[in-house]
Amino acid sequence: MNPVLSVKGVSKHFGGLKAVDDVTFEVRRGEILGLIGPNGSGKSTLFNCILGQLPASGGKVEVDGRDVAGLRPCDLNLLGVGRTFQMLQVFPEMTVLENIILAGQEHKGTMFSRLFGKPDAGLTDEAKRMIEFFRLTHQTNEKAGSLSYGQQKLLDAAMAFMAGPKLVLLDEPAGGVNLTMLAHLKERLKAFNEERGATFVVIEHNMEFVMSLCTRIIVLANGRIIAEGEPEAVRNDPQVIEAYLGG
Amino acid sequence: MNARANFLAILAAVAVLAVLPSSLSTYSVYVLCSWMVFSIAAMGLNLTLGFAGQVSLAQAAFMGIGAYTTALMTMAGIPWPLAMIAAAVECFLIGLVLGYPALRVQHHFLAFVTLAFNALVFLVLRNEEWLTGGTYGVVGIPRPSVLGFSTNQQTGFYYVVFGFFLVLSAVLYGILRSPWGRAFQALRENPIRANSLGVDIRRMTLLAFAIGSAYGGIAGGLLGQLVQFIDPNSFTLTISLKVLLMVIVGGAGYFFGPYLGALLVILMPEFLRFTEGYYLMLYALLVIVLMISCPKGLLGIVDRIKLSIKLRQNPSATAWEQGK
Repeated sequence: MNPVLSVKGVSKHFGGLKAVDDVTFEVRRGEILGLIGPNGSGKSTLFNCILGQLPASGGKVEVDGRDVAGLRPCDLNLLGVGRTFQMLQVFPEMTVLENIILAGQEHKGTMFSRLFGKPDAGLTDEAKRMIEFFRLTHQTNEKAGSLSYGQQKLLDAAMAFMAGPKLVLLDEPAGGVNLTMLAHLKERLKAFNEERGATFVVIEHNMEFVMSLCTRIIVLANGRIIAEGEPEAVRNDPQVIEAYLGG
Repeated sequence: MNARANFLAILAAVAVLAVLPSSLSTYSVYVLCSWMVFSIAAMGLNLTLGFAGQVSLAQAAFMGIGAYTTALMTMAGIPWPLAMIAAAVECFLIGLVLGYPALRVQHHFLAFVTLAFNALVFLVLRNEEWLTGGTYGVVGIPRPSVLGFSTNQQTGFYYVVFGFFLVLSAVLYGILRSPWGRAFQALRENPIRANSLGVDIRRMTLLAFAIGSAYGGIAGGLLGQLVQFIDPNSFTLTISLKVLLMVIVGGAGYFFGPYLGALLVILMPEFLRFTEGYYLMLYALLVIVLMISCPKGLLGIVDRIKLSIKLRQNPSATAWEQGK
């Protein structure tokens, strides 16, 4: 069986700076892979290359065995890759329900069948289940912009999951979220992974969060992979400790 | 219950508009027609600007293209329904092309691109005399005849405009209520996130321009038949700004905003006529006051009232909404 995501020798150069330098790894079905590294180690750039937001300078990215070079973010999403951004990204003037329906509607039918079909693309029930899963039921008809920061983070994640993607890339899901909400978010992500077999790649600075959520961790420093393995092994790796502490 | 009340209110408004001409002077019927024509143009711009968030200062250019197309085609003996369809399709296609810059530039940069387009259309209308009659314009545009009935009488033509007004309102409502409407709104609020959720933002941007422009073209076609005379000065940047004012004053991004905005922009000068030379100054002052007190337009005031009721019931609710 193909790995869900396979990154082969991907590089990204900005002038002389090698932000991502010949990175190769695979993501297996059903796993939660953590991608960590000090600031400026190339994590977000790597994400952007994988997701078609930035063209890579070299290498190859395959989703489910299919080369995705040149695909736009929307094409990639329709292939089954969801994502969240480092900065919060919801649609503040729309209600929570509409945010979630939007996240699923482009996967239903064709453009013209959507124009002439149901206003909610037949997604209201499914959207409500998703909202319930992320415990936002009381906010269903509130505008997303009026939610607390933590709730918006949950909504952001829920949107990434709505279309039932094969793979979700989460860029700092825990950033700025308070401890209670963080525990809640982690528990929901785990539940989603176990119940629906969803595969995640998570970029995160919060070690506690990554170590307890992920089954495998890759450590980047200066654009290269310096360690890879189970959380415990990575935590004790001298190279990792040096990258973080030695600066 | 709320939806039903809205529906009844709309039904009542339609009924009033349907019987109104019989009790009005010819001139008043003309003013009403003019209101509906500009409402159609403003509806189109409201889709492009209010819902999809793409700034356009070229709506008058599309009205011009539509007006000249229908006028020249009907005067060449082509049946008017065909001429109207041709105008709409032509503006749709040109709008599609004008949408391309919007894929690269946004906001005030895009405003300048569309502004330049409006100037370009004006110059073509003025300079290509062989086709457009130059500064003399096109005189004696025929009114359409419907099922053998002439609409040379003002009332007869009123119902033609009214028909277009109703159908185009319903079509726009249908588009905005469908997933397309949600995708347009997503494009306005956060195009990058929309793209990552599978919304083809390139396609939606172009469509927002194309559909809005087609509405402008139809409005232009009707305007030519209403006034029965067009010249390049009817479609200058000033007119584009007038349509923009209608959208902004009524409330951009509200379905009924353009109707209200057009009503105000068309009717207010009529009401202020008694002040003679001062009316433009008063009008300008009123617009300034409105924009300062309610930047979201007249329908924004309704939202604000709703919010204050909600806050009275639940004082802790939504600091975010108050802050807007």
